[in-house]
Order: sequence, then structure tokens, then C-alpha cells
Amino acid sequence: MIRFINVSKEYKNGVKALSNINLNIEKGEFVFLVGPSGAGKSTLIKLILKEENPTTGKIYLNNEDITYVKNRKIPYIRRNVGVVFQDFRLLPNKTVYENVAFAMEIIGAHPREIRRKVPMVLSMVDLSKRAHNYPHELSGGEHQRVAIARAIVNSPPILIADEPTGNLDPETAWEIMKVLRDINRRGTTILMATHAKDIVDAMKKRVVEIEKGTIIRDEEKGVYEHEITHS
Amino acid sequence: MSMRLRIASNIIKQGFKGVWRNKGMGLASITSITAVLLILGIVLILILSLNNTVMDTREKFDEVQIFLEDEITRTQLQEIEKKAKETDKILYVIFKSKDEALEEMKEGWGEEGYLLDGLEENPLPHTLILKLKDIEYAEDVVKSIENLDGIEEVQYNYDIIEKLVVFTNYIRTGGLIIVLILILVSIFIISNTIKLTVTARKREINIMKYVGATNGYIRGPFVIEGVVFGLIGAIISILAVNYGYNYFFNAANDKLYVLFTVYLVPPKALMQDISIIFIAIGAGIGALGSLVSMKRFLNV
Repeated sequence: MIRFINVSKEYKNGVKALSNINLNIEKGEFVFLVGPSGAGKSTLIKLILKEENPTTGKIYLNNEDITYVKNRKIPYIRRNVGVVFQDFRLLPNKTVYENVAFAMEIIGAHPREIRRKVPMVLSMVDLSKRAHNYPHELSGGEHQRVAIARAIVNSPPILIADEPTGNLDPETAWEIMKVLRDINRRGTTILMATHAKDIVDAMKKRVVEIEKGTIIRDEEKGVYEHEITHS
Repeated sequence: MSMRLRIASNIIKQGFKGVWRNKGMGLASITSITAVLLILGIVLILILSLNNTVMDTREKFDEVQIFLEDEITRTQLQEIEKKAKETDKILYVIFKSKDEALEEMKEGWGEEGYLLDGLEENPLPHTLILKLKDIEYAEDVVKSIENLDGIEEVQYNYDIIEKLVVFTNYIRTGGLIIVLILILVSIFIISNTIKLTVTARKREINIMKYVGATNGYIRGPFVIEGVVFGLIGAIISILAVNYGYNYFFNAANDKLYVLFTVYLVPPKALMQDISIIFIAIGAGIGALGSLVSMKRFLNV
């Protein structure tokens, strides 16, 4: 699903963000991306979203080489990847329903399809009753659930979550994790960058740890910190 | 509706929504475009009128006047005509006798014509007018006849016309340079106006990009917004120039400036061209302005 082969990224200002990354995420996996701030998590996500090009190496998405693609093809690559951010990024002047429908309008979906799909996704994230509220009337957790609904409404095979629980209290964070787990169970591959130790430890999913631009750990059913660092 | 059509209709809807949402800032764009087009209109009228004048003058002055001695003989006259025609640069020849010339002058003076009756002797010479095929031939023709007998003086206006053409060219280039500068300025103004809109909608644009909107989809509404502002500016200027110039033209015609209006382009002949030019430039400035302002925001 997502594949990095010997990927390095050096920014124009000389900062080496990633060096020699090899990563292979299979369809249907749930992967945590952990590591201190500035370790290279964001860069890795930016490479998948084609916000940046790698300096060396190869990147595959859905078995398609996306290492270098023409600018006008980037939107079509992004339609395969739903994204959720720490700061939700909802449109304040649109209702919950409209925020989600917006993602479908952009790709020219049929209105009938929009009317069918949006309520379905909203019920998946348990927001059916909030459909006609505006973002400022919602709680933080509800914000993030709208963002998730928007990210998955076009049924992308991959969902990327960049610290989705970063702005939420622990209880709400768990709500969000349940939603993400449900989505993952329906077959969507999820890559989640996070600092939430308790969540990573409890979920028992694959953990990829980055430090100073390299992968220092990649284990199935891992925890946030490696045992060795404890002892 | 197909997917493409739905996308296109979305873009257009968003564009018109943007026009309404940004009507305040749009006013600034419309004003600057209108100002540019009005100045362009004045420059155009000026250039066209000057052109008219030059063409007119060329026609009026594409002749050589030969003032003849009173005692000229028929053979001398025929010799001059023959030599001139031999150059093959003459359309036709007119002979105007002293008396005809005086008669013409009387008519030209109108009510004051009686003053000329008091003359003891007709001071005007016989004149031979050589109508040229082109004003440029004036010098050649003059050379071919100037040494013949019976000629008192040769008059032609080539240098006047030459000067007029040069002058018109200056006005034309000067006008175009001014208009070009103004167009650039208004592109700058409209791009800044739209940049405000774009900045206000930065968030939305950012989200659109992550959801996989194409650059065309993001840019489209802003381009439409700019074009609508440009077209409104164009329509205002067309109306203003139409009414303004008509008024000026009629006022000038009514009063004592008839001589002067002869050289003005009639409004009717002008309006269609001006409308097309204004609409094209207005829409162009609007579209370019928004494209310029969007550039920075699309590079993610």
C-alpha cells in the first residue's frame, strides 16, 4: 500500500529530515508513527501526500511509483489518501454535512451519490444528529470526527492521521481511536503519527519509531517506547 | 450531468458567490479597471481622430499647385502639362484661370465677398493643379517641371504631411505605452484585491488541496471572480465613453467648432470597436489579475 525504498530527504536549506528510510505498509494495516518532534514524522507524511519530493529513493503508493509526478497529477494521488490533522481544519461557514459533502463536490460526485454517502459516513462517526450544526457549535472530539468523515467519504484506501488526538482530552482521544479502529476494520489502511503513549501502548498495533531522520524501530504489536530505554 | 459538467458548474457557482461575498473589495478592482479603460478610450479616440486627420489631409494636399505667369503662352502651358504627365505620377490636371480663382475666393469669403469687387486688378495668378497619384510623388513631379518657362511659383505640402505622420506616430506609440503601463498597474491592483480574497480563503484552499481538488478547480472561481469584476468595469467604461463622447461630439458640432469636429471620428463608427476592445481587455485584466494572485497559494 505504502512503500518507501531507501528514501532520503534533504531540504533546500540543508536540513536532513530523513535518511535512508525503508518502510512497507501492507493493505489493511494500522501503523503508529512515533518519535520526538522534529524526528522526521511530518516529512514522511509530506512525502506521501506529495507536498515534498524525496531527494533520493523511491516511493510507491498503491503499487504506483509516485516518487516524481507531474504537478497536475498530484490531486489525483491525494484522492487515494484521506488526511486528518491535529487542528481539524474544518470550514467554519459550512455545516457538518456541508463540510463532508464539500470533499465529494470537489471531485465532481453525483448529487445523488453525495446525498447517499454523506449521511452514511456521518453515522459511522456517530454524528448524524449534528449534521446541520456549524463547527463552532461542536466539541473538539466532534470536530475531529467531522474531519475523519470528510477524509473517508471518498473511500480512499489509505487514511493518514497526523496527531489526530493532539488537541483532545484523553477520553475524547479514545473516542477518536475507536472510530479510527472501526475504519481500519473496514479495510482502510491507517498511518497515524502520534505522541500519545497510552494510546499506542493500549492499541497493540505496529509501531514505527523515527529518530533523527531514521527508523530506529519497527515492530508488530509494539508500544510507544522500546523496553530497552526503560531499563 | 457528467462529472466534468458538475465540476464546471461548481466552479462557476463558487465564482459568482465570491463576487457577491467580495463586493466591497471588488469595487476597488472595478474602479481601477474602469479608470484604465476610460483613459484607454480617450487615447483611442485621440489616435483614431488623428489618423482620420492625417488621411484626410493626405487626400486634400496630394496635389502640386503651379502658379503661372500672367503672360504665359498656350504652348508653354501645354509643355508643362505634357512634362508632368510624362512622369506617370499624375491622376489628372486642372487649369484654373485668374478669373476663376477670384470667383472661387469670393465664394469662399461669403458675405464679405463684395470687398473683392473693389479691386482694380485681379492679383491672383493662373493656376495649374496637378493631382498626384500619391503625395510621395510630389517632389519628383516638381522636379520634372520646375525649370520650364512660364512658371512663377510651385507649391506643394509634402513636408507638412510628413511632419503630421511623424507626429501621429509619436502620439500612437506614446498612447500605447501609457495604456500598457495602465494595464499593468490595474493587473497589479486587481491581483492585490483578489489576493485579499485568496488570503481570506486560504484555509479553504488548503483543505481543498488535501481533499484532492485540482488547481483548476481551486483557481477557477477566483478567475471567474476577476473576470466578472473586469466585465463590470468594461461595461461601465463603455457606457461612460459612449455617453461622454456623444455629448462632447454633439456639443462641439453645435457650437463653433465644426471645423474641429470634421477631424473627430464619429461616435457611431467608434462604439462597436471600443466595446469589443474594452470587454476583451477588462476580462483579460480580471483573469490575469487573479491568476497572478493565486500563483503563490497553489505551490503546495
